[in-house]
Amino acid sequence: MTARWPVLVLIAAFFVPALGSRYYTFLANDVVIWALFATSLNLLVGYTGLVSFGHAAYFGIGAYTTGFLMKKIGVPFLLAFPAAGLLAGLFALVFGFFCVRLTRIYFAMLTLAFAQIVWAICFKWNEVTGGEQGMPEIPYPDFAWLERVAAVVPSLGYRTSEYFYFLTLLMVAICLWLLRRIVGSPFGRMLTTIRENPERAEFIGVNVRRYELGAFVIAGAFAGLAGGLFGIFNRGVFPDFAYWTKSSEVLIMTLLGGMGTFFGPALGALVLLWLNQQIVSYTQYWPLILGTILVVLLFVFPGGIAGAVLGLWRRLSRRPASA
Amino acid sequence: MPDLSFAFAQSLSGLTAAMFLFLIASGLSLIFGVLRVLNFAHGTFYMLGAYSAYQIVQWLGTGPITFWIAALGAATGVALLGGIVERFLFQRLYGKEELYQLLFTYALVLILSDVAKIIWGTQQKSVSRPAGLTGAVSVFGATIPDYNLFIILLGPAIALGFWYVLQRMRVGRFIRAAALDRETLGALGVNVRALYTGVFMLASFLGGLGGALISPMRAIVPGMDTEVIVEAFVVVVIGGLGSFWGTFLGALIYGQVLSFGILFFPRFSIFSIFALMAAVLIIRPWGLLGRPLK
Repeated sequence: MTARWPVLVLIAAFFVPALGSRYYTFLANDVVIWALFATSLNLLVGYTGLVSFGHAAYFGIGAYTTGFLMKKIGVPFLLAFPAAGLLAGLFALVFGFFCVRLTRIYFAMLTLAFAQIVWAICFKWNEVTGGEQGMPEIPYPDFAWLERVAAVVPSLGYRTSEYFYFLTLLMVAICLWLLRRIVGSPFGRMLTTIRENPERAEFIGVNVRRYELGAFVIAGAFAGLAGGLFGIFNRGVFPDFAYWTKSSEVLIMTLLGGMGTFFGPALGALVLLWLNQQIVSYTQYWPLILGTILVVLLFVFPGGIAGAVLGLWRRLSRRPASA
Repeated sequence: MPDLSFAFAQSLSGLTAAMFLFLIASGLSLIFGVLRVLNFAHGTFYMLGAYSAYQIVQWLGTGPITFWIAALGAATGVALLGGIVERFLFQRLYGKEELYQLLFTYALVLILSDVAKIIWGTQQKSVSRPAGLTGAVSVFGATIPDYNLFIILLGPAIALGFWYVLQRMRVGRFIRAAALDRETLGALGVNVRALYTGVFMLASFLGGLGGALISPMRAIVPGMDTEVIVEAFVVVVIGGLGSFWGTFLGALIYGQVLSFGILFFPRFSIFSIFALMAAVLIIRPWGLLGRPLK
């Protein structure tokens, strides 16, 4: 059962554009990308126990990579997209090499410092990143062949933004499947062991740092892929993609959904972005609401939505047995 | 190569920036040293200090001492707010995961900065320089506004006063003891809870004072909080989290690197600051003058 429902969600998600509302497709696209971003962070925070406060760096690097390749050089999406993951992973390897040497609060601070370096470079390097103005008008991938198909089969006729949504969905589904495999693999199990007790892992002969670095690189690469998609979706890449407040946004999503579970962060992305869309139509004070949600979360539901639901489920299913 | 008096003026402007950063960062460092929490909301307290100073000046009108009343009043108000937050919310998170404490302070950033927007709007506000400090003096061929000179003198004065409290007074001994071992201190009969509230209030006071004092020099705008917290953060990391003189040194380094960086590599001065911070973290994670955490 647990293996089947993500597939059902995926199939349902493919029918969102069929609802005919551009707004829902836009929102769904946003959610899907952030779900990948938050899930990649969860590999570090939730599974390995490393609190990164600079995860936006890799998201930003990925966004700039895909954006630069597609806009300035005209590289097709199928090459520019994996390049985002590759370059973000490479940077994660260099930064992570230093970060995993530090523990707890110092680890969080060094990740933040590196992210700010990335932000400062994006902000100032006008020739490549467009500096403060960012890089607007990133082109969509080429969907000409789909349009030719649609000319023959009219039921496949959609807008370019909707084709992009399908593409995003497919790519994110593949990424999440890969991440799920990684989490379930012996490597992933070892990460959980390290989170639970790094000293013990060291004693049984595990090279803790190397495993942590591995997790850091994988998380960075997938964040880069999410960033690559987001730049196209957003029709532009801007320095604030790598700013520290972005890193805390994705941390909040992860926490809101529930760090202990694989799909919790994706759920957090869904709930947070949907709430955001609902609330900004009433008031401009979204940060105030978000802050309040966060306080309630921290004090009342530290396990996030997934944690609360699981707790309730366990309590409900235990009751008949004890009676 | 620019001439000497220009370089001197540049270093003085760096020094002014450093003294503000020291005021703000010392509070951040104090909270980290004693409470072991990185307080993202500290920048927001600084912003609230600036807005409150503006508000009090608006109420009192212009007079010879209104600015000073406003600065002290604003800092006291921010300290009270800090005390309330610590006593009723923050105290419940001690002993929980660091991530929760970090995110709680971030929630405060979100909430308080929006409250400031609701009260004061998004238009930028400004406060005029206090009477008696509106002129400028010439030192070694460099022209320095009186107010900047006052700040350059005030910084070390506050540092010395702070040091005196920490090293020579009873309460300072308690604060240092709490930073080392809170359980033992509690067992010796010191009210650690009240001490924490006091430390949080003192730190908030310094942050608020920094904001109030910077209001005659910089426009008061939303977003000044997230900007300054990163700067203060760099300062304490370079100097050493929880280290008092480290913070002072970090602020001096930051001010000089920034003001000369702008001169020689205008585009990469921010970059050089963060690179310096990363280098310090890699070589000495506990900072130049800090001590490693157990």
